[in-house]
Amino acid sequence: MTVLILGATSDMSVALVKLFAAKGHNLQLAGKDMDQLTGLKSDTELRYNVLVDVLEFNALNYKSHSHFYHNLIVKPDLVILVFGYLGSQQSAIANWEECKKIIETNYVGAVSILNVIANDFEKRGSGTIVGISSVAGERGRMSNYLYGSAKAGFSTYLSGLRNRLHSRGVHVISVKPGFVRTKMTENLALPRLVTTSPERVAELIYKGVMRKTNILYILPIWRIIMLGIKFIPEMIFKRMKL
Amino acid sequence: MRTSQISNWGNYPLVNSTILNLRSKQELSSVIKSKFDFIARGNGGCYGDSSLSSNIISTLKFNKIIAFDTTTGIISCQSGITFDSLIEFIIPKGWFLPVTPGTKYITLGGAVASDIHGKNHHVEGSFKNHIISIQMLLSSGEIVECSNELNQDLFKATCGGMGLTGIILEVRFKLKKIESAFINEISIKAKNLEEIFSLFEEYKDSMYTVAWIDCLQSGKNLGRSLLMVGEHASANDKSTKRPLQVSKNRQKLRIPFYFPEIVLNRFTVMIFNFLFYHKQLGRVKRSIVSFDKFFYPLDFIKDWNKMYGRRGFVQYQFVLPLGNSKEGLHKILTEIGKSGMGSFLAVLKLFGESDGLINFPMRGYTLALDFPIRKGLFEFLDDLDKIVLQYGGRLYLTKDARMKREVFWNSYPNAREFKRIIEKFNPDFKWRSIQSDRLGISKL
Repeated sequence: MTVLILGATSDMSVALVKLFAAKGHNLQLAGKDMDQLTGLKSDTELRYNVLVDVLEFNALNYKSHSHFYHNLIVKPDLVILVFGYLGSQQSAIANWEECKKIIETNYVGAVSILNVIANDFEKRGSGTIVGISSVAGERGRMSNYLYGSAKAGFSTYLSGLRNRLHSRGVHVISVKPGFVRTKMTENLALPRLVTTSPERVAELIYKGVMRKTNILYILPIWRIIMLGIKFIPEMIFKRMKL
Repeated sequence: MRTSQISNWGNYPLVNSTILNLRSKQELSSVIKSKFDFIARGNGGCYGDSSLSSNIISTLKFNKIIAFDTTTGIISCQSGITFDSLIEFIIPKGWFLPVTPGTKYITLGGAVASDIHGKNHHVEGSFKNHIISIQMLLSSGEIVECSNELNQDLFKATCGGMGLTGIILEVRFKLKKIESAFINEISIKAKNLEEIFSLFEEYKDSMYTVAWIDCLQSGKNLGRSLLMVGEHASANDKSTKRPLQVSKNRQKLRIPFYFPEIVLNRFTVMIFNFLFYHKQLGRVKRSIVSFDKFFYPLDFIKDWNKMYGRRGFVQYQFVLPLGNSKEGLHKILTEIGKSGMGSFLAVLKLFGESDGLINFPMRGYTLALDFPIRKGLFEFLDDLDKIVLQYGGRLYLTKDARMKREVFWNSYPNAREFKRIIEKFNPDFKWRSIQSDRLGISKL
């Protein structure tokens, strides 16, 4: 299998690369930091003896997305969209540039590239698309609703895409991580019991791809936690300080 | 960046630091622009405060293998790669580390900054003897290459330079070829210091030699030890189909919590040492063991440092010139025996000739031991320092957590030149550690 990872320098991606390469799959690593990607390429090729391509990709450069995908010599069998931007809710409220970056990276950029890929996958009638969204998209809460709303949009997009492509032999997986120890959350104090590692995320995504899961909560307990959160009546929720 | 309480292997000292995880060279510009000073830290395998500071750059995620030549064994890696990770890659291909310390849980950058030595120093020198070139970041923001041919002063001050010249980014070095991951081991009992010295002489041409020495013995048993001699096995030596296999899941035991201090006392340690010395019936025992068991016996016990309790411990490693080794060790072992402060087995090695700017090894004997932190320990160690200096020896910075400034300046002959070169490449002490401050290296 050839696996395309969009946002390949992230911690989750590094773990995914290790896992898929160890299983013998070839990789296409797309991202902004070519230096970091080149290091990841050499390490992966040397350790696992698989083919690794590195490609320059910018989620916010929508115009380049069609060109980027159609220039791939080998079209991937599996695409994993890992890129995202947490940003600062606090500063984004007043600073439009920061707010725009959050919305565009997590929703617009994701839709832009996946539209291109989905159309191609539909035409050929095969493939798997994995989109990493977030539990933050399940309900808007005061501490995180800009990121949350963008992710909510992304989750809905993925579910609609799953619906459209199902009859065409293409599978779409929505991954909804809760708390994961990565670069994105480095400055946050996360509760240990429900926080997991990028390695565990990669393992569960791999299993999900093999089993053709639809919606993957990582860790699975988050499905229950979010169910609980969604059940809280709005009258009460609006008074909470989440 | 996050702030946490951090310590190195000895669990002393414990400091509050802000840690920046390095993942990419692109992040280095923000390090340079920042008004803070930093020290780079790998896996924290040193024992004291060499890689501790208020602001730490962790290299653990900057850990990729960049290139590897399967014919020459020359490999190039980012500094955050651990020896553990490297071994998994190189052994199956028939290569091994040219020099390795007693644990594989250290980083390549740390190996360079400490100029690590192993059980083969008398034959193959220290890590710097196998380095081809180092790529590093200077406080000016420049990324430069240094080696024995290029920027020699920087290279000399970086090997064993405790991270004070800059951030080591990539290291290119030469591996050694092996046929098998197994070691032909001979272990020999030595009744006392006399015997162990003559055994080291007898086996001076063997590749790997190390002695485990019981520091609580006295009188005619002073220096009772077990010498381990090792040579790489050839492909046919062990009846196994895959001589170069590395097995996973090698940590058999885990120390789950800090032991209460009473657990490690003179009595329990004496019993342990006795059992260890007598674990083989005969005087000489030959066997074939895995590289893991020979080189990294303590790595099998995860978190073994917790056995020393919450207060942690101090490791004390010194070297004495050959001519003074016997008398000096005799005196030091007697003092340690009298004080009752020793702990488990200590490690004795014979070093070969060595040369360098900030260079710990010298032709002679080196002893490394652990001291649980107790009342009176630091004063006792200051007294030991005096004896070490008296016999012309010095302490290993990578193990040091408490040496006084004058001891350093009086025992490292090139200390002034070392400081001068640091000031050349690190003029405002952008790179400094608690240790470098304590020893007066990073004070203007």
